[in-house]
Amino acid sequence: MSNVKSSADEIAVHGQESERYYTRFNGLQKCLHTVLFIAFLGLAATGLPMRFSTNIWAQKFALYSGGFGVLLWVHKICGVALTIAFLVNLKDLAERVLIKKEKGIFWGPTSMVPNFKDAGDMLKNFAWFVGLGEKPKIERYAYWEKFDYWAVFWGVTIIGSSGYAMWFAPFFARFLPGWALNAAQIIHSEEALLAVMFIFSIHFINAHLRPDCFPMDMAIFTGKITEEEFKTRHPQEFERLKAEGKLDEKLTTKPEKSLIVLSQVIGFLAIAVGLILLVLTVVAYFRE
Amino acid sequence: MDGSCNYQGDWKRFFLFCGTKPVKLSATDAGTESADLPNNHTGRYLTTHGSALTSTGNSLLLWKTLVLGIAGILLFLTPVQKLHAQTDCLSCHGDTTMQDAAGHNVGVNGDTFKASVHGGLACKDCHTNIKAYPHPDKVEPVKCVACHADEVANSAGSVHASVPGHTCASCHGDIHAVFPKGDPKSNVYPLNVPRTCGTCHGDANVSKQHSMTNVYPAYMDSIHGFALSKEGLLVSANCTSCHGSHHILSHNDPQSPTNKANIPATCGTCHAGVVTDYMAGVHGKAIAAGNMKAPVCTDCHTAHAISQPSTALSTPLCGSCHADKLTTYRDTFHSHVSSLGTYVEVARCSDCHGSHEILPASDPRSPVAPQNLITTCGKCHQGANASFVQYQPHANPHNRHQSPILWFIQFAMGMLLLGTMSFFVLHTVLWFIRSEVERAKRGSAKGEKDV
Repeated sequence: MSNVKSSADEIAVHGQESERYYTRFNGLQKCLHTVLFIAFLGLAATGLPMRFSTNIWAQKFALYSGGFGVLLWVHKICGVALTIAFLVNLKDLAERVLIKKEKGIFWGPTSMVPNFKDAGDMLKNFAWFVGLGEKPKIERYAYWEKFDYWAVFWGVTIIGSSGYAMWFAPFFARFLPGWALNAAQIIHSEEALLAVMFIFSIHFINAHLRPDCFPMDMAIFTGKITEEEFKTRHPQEFERLKAEGKLDEKLTTKPEKSLIVLSQVIGFLAIAVGLILLVLTVVAYFRE
Repeated sequence: MDGSCNYQGDWKRFFLFCGTKPVKLSATDAGTESADLPNNHTGRYLTTHGSALTSTGNSLLLWKTLVLGIAGILLFLTPVQKLHAQTDCLSCHGDTTMQDAAGHNVGVNGDTFKASVHGGLACKDCHTNIKAYPHPDKVEPVKCVACHADEVANSAGSVHASVPGHTCASCHGDIHAVFPKGDPKSNVYPLNVPRTCGTCHGDANVSKQHSMTNVYPAYMDSIHGFALSKEGLLVSANCTSCHGSHHILSHNDPQSPTNKANIPATCGTCHAGVVTDYMAGVHGKAIAAGNMKAPVCTDCHTAHAISQPSTALSTPLCGSCHADKLTTYRDTFHSHVSSLGTYVEVARCSDCHGSHEILPASDPRSPVAPQNLITTCGKCHQGANASFVQYQPHANPHNRHQSPILWFIQFAMGMLLLGTMSFFVLHTVLWFIRSEVERAKRGSAKGEKDV
């Protein structure tokens, strides 16, 4: 806590203008997240009316948006966009591993792969929730952020493959038994339901509505975090980089005001759409 | 002439009338003269009491005077005269605006009457208690039964028998202007029947009063009503085609052509081919076997509106009996499209099972028989193969015994959802509370963000 206080004092001394910014996400990551959330909103908005097709809101939405044909078309377009984003992510990973021979992708402090520290962090966090002990010192990716990543990774794989199986059913039926098509629909719709419920409640609260982040964590939009945010949210990474002397490599400029405003508008729009869909989904789900 | 005056006993006006308005004879009455002759001086005219005269030009006035004189004398001598033909009555009642003391119209359009189906009859044939003039103020109601015994007997046993004021005239209109049912002027001409019945059955108040459905609008918008009213198609079903005319019975009556058991035969009167298919299918066989739970034509098509159940309405329709099949259909992509898609063709019940000749999957002729599935599914799914058609369009993943694999997948997915959400809801709620507590603790700490 002394670190935090000293940094706060520092800011008070140097003034708001001198607050330092660090790079957290690169251009590709920001871009993939943007494609991901737009496609996800599109998929959810067109998929949920199909999942809950007997609900009046679903039918009205279909009617005013031009009918089922339009919904399915938008759904497929978004699905393809998400598939491309997923493949770009895979390509980037392959490039970094095979060509750039980058280390620490599969294991280590900056890896997305869950490790023992994550398990420890989670236990410590629960202990902290109930007033036992200190907050865990988070590395580059917190365990809940890793979960978000793998949830999307798994979700896109499973929802995507089952979606394509339904889209090109006669083709897939050449290799798959008939019941697999039934299974594809169950998996597609149930996994999508989980994704919708998770993203529109847990992810939104973690990244936007939680008192620490409220009104919105801008990092994924601007790609930048303040020194204070860095120290408080990813203390382990901050300390590691400082010790390695690599902290200054991450220094960057203050994000442009226009970019922040744009991000906030888009972010809140996404939250609004998501929350409406969440309410409709939860109501329809429990009425089933 | 004053139409509202009461002629009965008005001797003075009677004489005036006889003198100034001779009544022209029809061909039937006059025998040799044509009814088409213009009303000029060469026509044969009849005075009130049957004296035939030939008037020529200037002699008319003379004749009139003479006739008046004779008539006066005759009337004086015999105040009650026998009536012989329509013309006797029409000399008074020929004024179509004539009213009786109670204000009822008692006028008859002689020309229309003569052209009508009853035109060959004398007034007294129906108004049997009027034998002479002057006739009593009160005349007995006409009894149609005297000639139309069968029709009256049939009507007496019909649903209309108990309706006060429902007489022959209610449907046939003015009895002095009844035409054969093949005549477009007739109220019961096929193209006029809906309008005639609609007088009551298209009146919301009347329908409400008798707790009936106001069927006329539904009928007029139906394929039958459209064919009849817009295309003038005589063979299109009108009210009487299904309900009969005089002997109309409640659909609850086993004798009624609209009784559930008789509906296929009734519709089959015209739709012979469809009924043959229907009777060969499971529904027709069930009805023939006396299972009245099975649907007949009207259960799917409705009776009056004759809807085309190829729309999204067809699934709840079939589902009203096949509830379990509707539930499993609802889970499928077919249903999702069906519920939402206004512009997309999608498999609904009849697309796979057929409509009239529905056969069980065990019947090799059934489109859902295993050997026919590739053809049936292939109607929409080009390239459907033997594996593809193993897809279960009515799979029930909630039934462990029916579809064990799907049940397990559904269960696993449900657990994944429940587990993930439970964990993270707990995680988030605790975190949220802790953050709020931390913030409250440091409420006074200046500008320090909660960690």
